[in-house]
Amino acid sequence: MHEVAIAQGLLEIVKEQAALYRAQKVTKVKVKVGALTGVLPEALRFAFEALSRGEVTEGAVLEVEVMPVKVRCESCGVMEGVPFLLCPNCGGLVEMLSGRELQIESMEIEDGGQSS
Amino acid sequence: MEVKVVREILEANEVIAKQNKELFSQKGVYVLNLMGAPGTGKTTLLEKTIEMVKDRWPLAVIEGDIATSRDAERVARYGVQVVQINTGGACHLDGNMVREGLKALNLDGIRLLLVENVGNLVCPAEFNIGEDDKVMVLSVTEGDDKPLKYPLMFQVSSLLILNKVDLLPYVDFDLEKFRDFTRKVNPRLEVIEVSCKTGQGLQRWIEWLQGRLEGRR
Repeated sequence: MHEVAIAQGLLEIVKEQAALYRAQKVTKVKVKVGALTGVLPEALRFAFEALSRGEVTEGAVLEVEVMPVKVRCESCGVMEGVPFLLCPNCGGLVEMLSGRELQIESMEIEDGGQSS
Repeated sequence: MEVKVVREILEANEVIAKQNKELFSQKGVYVLNLMGAPGTGKTTLLEKTIEMVKDRWPLAVIEGDIATSRDAERVARYGVQVVQINTGGACHLDGNMVREGLKALNLDGIRLLLVENVGNLVCPAEFNIGEDDKVMVLSVTEGDDKPLKYPLMFQVSSLLILNKVDLLPYVDFDLEKFRDFTRKVNPRLEVIEVSCKTGQGLQRWIEWLQGRLEGRR
């Protein structure tokens, strides 16, 4: 349900970048979303689409890459799909490598002239 | 043309949260972000806490809800400053809503600001508001598997209040299993078992709070 707020934040960044590049249109936006954030890609796309009405992003495709939770244990190595901060094998502390992302990666623009 | 833009989507909220934090720090206010599911007992814990500490530390309350001012009315009975924020549909408080809410509060002389977030186990975990600590409330009626289902909430919190422990004999809540899940999801998370109904464990919670407030000085 926080997808609307996330889509708003995303749209602000995209609009700012589009203005910077003097883009007439944004055709695609790529984001990375960690599995731990609980963000539903469909809900995020829906919110982004709805908020994009009348904006430079109207009609843009939102590509959402879901990043699995990954942790690294000093002794047992990298494990995927484990949302723990303790290693399920040896019980040691692990380091979380991915799963919390909420990042914009890139966007595709049209009619853009590089700003000086 | 493809443009690389590697940025945090919630960066704007982070900026506001940081500004809130600076303000709190200037004023010498310790701020707690109270999170948990609807019906877990956040407002009741708040009421008990206010009763126990309001003569010791001048305090103020921000109540976050999607709609109604019921919680703020409950809190106002204790004669403390309270402001209700209605998020109008949003499932969490963010830095900006708290900043707006602060306009209705006078923080001069206030030592403790208790912020009750919207009842939700997912969204509030992503949005910092400038708090010193996030405290999660979970009640035994919600089930012992919650750390596995909502790991992020357990990972961002400094303390977990396990509420309604007086109901343990009546529900299938396996305390040992719960402790094990919690430790795996976040070994640094402190857990205090309380019953707001009987008062069990509340003294320990107030001691925890005191430790944090004194650390803040």
